[in-house]
Amino acid sequence: MSTGNPSVKLCHLYPDHLNIYADRGNIAVLSRRLEWRGLSLEITEAGLGDPIAADCHFYYLGGGQDRDQMLVAEDLAQKADPLRHAADDGAVVLGVCGGYQLLGHGYTAADGRRMPGIGLLDLETTAGSSRLIGDVVLDVTLNGRSRTVVGYENHAGRTYLGGGCTPLGHLRRGHGNNGDDGCEGAVAGRRVGTYLHGPLLPKNPWLADTMLGWALEHAGCPADLEPLDDDLERSAHAVAATRAGRKR
Amino acid sequence: MPSLPQGLAARAARVAGRLSQKLGRGGGTTLPGLLLNRLRPEATAEMARSVSGGVILVSGTNGKTTTARLVRAALDANGARVVANTAGSNLERGVATALLNADGAEVALFEVDEAALPGLMAKTRPRVVTLMNLFRDQLDRYGELEHLVECWRGAVAELDPAATVIYNADDPAVAEIGARHPNTVSYGIEDPRVGRDRLPHAADTTECRHCGASLHYEMVTIAHLGRWSCSQCGLARFQPDVQATRVELHGLDGQRLSIATPQGPIELSLRLPGMHNSYNALAAAATTVALNLAPEAIGPALAKREAAFGRAEHTQIGNVRVTTLLAKNPAGANENIRTMLLEDHPLHLLVLLNDRTADGQDVSWIWDVDYELLLDSDRLASLTVGGDRGYDMALRFRYAGFDPERLSVVPSVSAGLNTALGASETDGHLYVLPTYTALLEFQTVLADRGLVPAFWEDE
Repeated sequence: MSTGNPSVKLCHLYPDHLNIYADRGNIAVLSRRLEWRGLSLEITEAGLGDPIAADCHFYYLGGGQDRDQMLVAEDLAQKADPLRHAADDGAVVLGVCGGYQLLGHGYTAADGRRMPGIGLLDLETTAGSSRLIGDVVLDVTLNGRSRTVVGYENHAGRTYLGGGCTPLGHLRRGHGNNGDDGCEGAVAGRRVGTYLHGPLLPKNPWLADTMLGWALEHAGCPADLEPLDDDLERSAHAVAATRAGRKR
Repeated sequence: MPSLPQGLAARAARVAGRLSQKLGRGGGTTLPGLLLNRLRPEATAEMARSVSGGVILVSGTNGKTTTARLVRAALDANGARVVANTAGSNLERGVATALLNADGAEVALFEVDEAALPGLMAKTRPRVVTLMNLFRDQLDRYGELEHLVECWRGAVAELDPAATVIYNADDPAVAEIGARHPNTVSYGIEDPRVGRDRLPHAADTTECRHCGASLHYEMVTIAHLGRWSCSQCGLARFQPDVQATRVELHGLDGQRLSIATPQGPIELSLRLPGMHNSYNALAAAATTVALNLAPEAIGPALAKREAAFGRAEHTQIGNVRVTTLLAKNPAGANENIRTMLLEDHPLHLLVLLNDRTADGQDVSWIWDVDYELLLDSDRLASLTVGGDRGYDMALRFRYAGFDPERLSVVPSVSAGLNTALGASETDGHLYVLPTYTALLEFQTVLADRGLVPAFWEDE
């Protein structure tokens, strides 16, 4: 990796606890797509009890099993302030699955127990009686451009958005935030949350590049990310889209 | 529908099975049991109770098929008449189908899907239950691992105290469940030379089951298995009853194991490769020890066993020796990779990824596999990917740093095999890594070329 070139600093939160749905795939995509353009991704990890680097351009929270997510929730409360400051300054924050729920106000389990979130996204999650599982296809508009986004969802939580954020996308296939309102994920500025894994970014390189563009802008080196040869990504995206809603 | 009398229900189910086989609709290893359970829901429990020597259940995410086959070999060598589901389904329907054909069997031996285990424990009231491991697998189907742990814990709590629980002491979650039972035989690997000092990415159970603190590992074997202890509350792995004191891995050809048991030592020369098979052999040894088989008879019986269907099976195609290594979850796939890397020739790979129900529809698990080890070794001579989700696998390797120009994506299994054979012809070794349904397809392709028997002819 070249050192003289602009780099994006990414903080990977709780890689030991929030990694159930192959979150490292998302990190690999962000890293390689910069590297292939002569840029680089500098990754720092912040686990339970670790301080959080305040100067990162991108913060990533993955998904975990219920047990792990409870452990993380308590710890994340300690990191909420620096994370909020970074987000307010313009850093990108991406939460997937459990990480998405933790970015909201909180999660109420079936037995009424409450797991607090950090309120970076105006949304609330409660446990449902069944899991919402399957392939998903969404229509997403970001930076004025519209694309389809594909992924896989598997969550018991039902998430409802408040007025402070908008859905990441509208469902063509799948259950989305709550199985009712046809919406999936949430966006507020550069804060993004979604239930989609698979992982999310390999089959949605446009989404990866959009967020990398934001991070570069925040890093003070806005760059028109040159197009890459994404033939394999397009094929994988197309296959995943055909799987959605189909019985196997 | 009201429940039919046992005799009538069983006859109808058997006829259906024979018809299915005649019509070429498969091996008839699930349909009769499925039908029987519809006609008479209590049939599985009734038939299980009629097996005089009791029921043995073997379960875990990885290795249950191989372990059941090893236990079977030891029982066969001992002259016991055994009914088993070795060729069939490991859900209740498969168990019921096997029991339908139990006539006069003294012992019933079933490998059981880990999610189906609690239900089958309640129904069959086993004499022995072997709890092997719980890894991440098919998240779409089982929900999360923790849920499965809870179900197993509940099932063991309900078990007859006189029954024996065999458990893997090296798996913290499984050990915690097993140790609660009054009558147990535990097993584990003691040989420090085969340990790794770091948890792999795909480790699942890394917190103490009692206090939630991070576990300390003196030695890691596979995924989260190893010699673990909690520095906060002092919970620690017990010294297992049955232990591998020496593990000598000989690449894909197999291994030698020295096993200490309360009844005496077992020296084992196994044709099955890799440390995952060391665990399978240990589980089988512990199970047979619990059944009071003589240790000196166990070794020779296990040594004869060839690989189970698709687990390190070799097939010669022209100049190429094709080795099939079923890879259906990160823990299993990682062991396959480590085992391949023990060989010293260039590695040609055909990786087949399907996403059907039996594979798990969620393919994100491939990102938890350490394929990077292959790239780091610089020994990956050719790579062909295929199956329903071959492009997902292609992306996995692209983002691991493999040059896409050197990668062939061939979704069809048959065409993929041709491509991979072409690439490996000069070196003579091809490794096929399929998911479960891709393995079935692959075996059909081989059978169509007259190379191996169809799977229901096995046993």
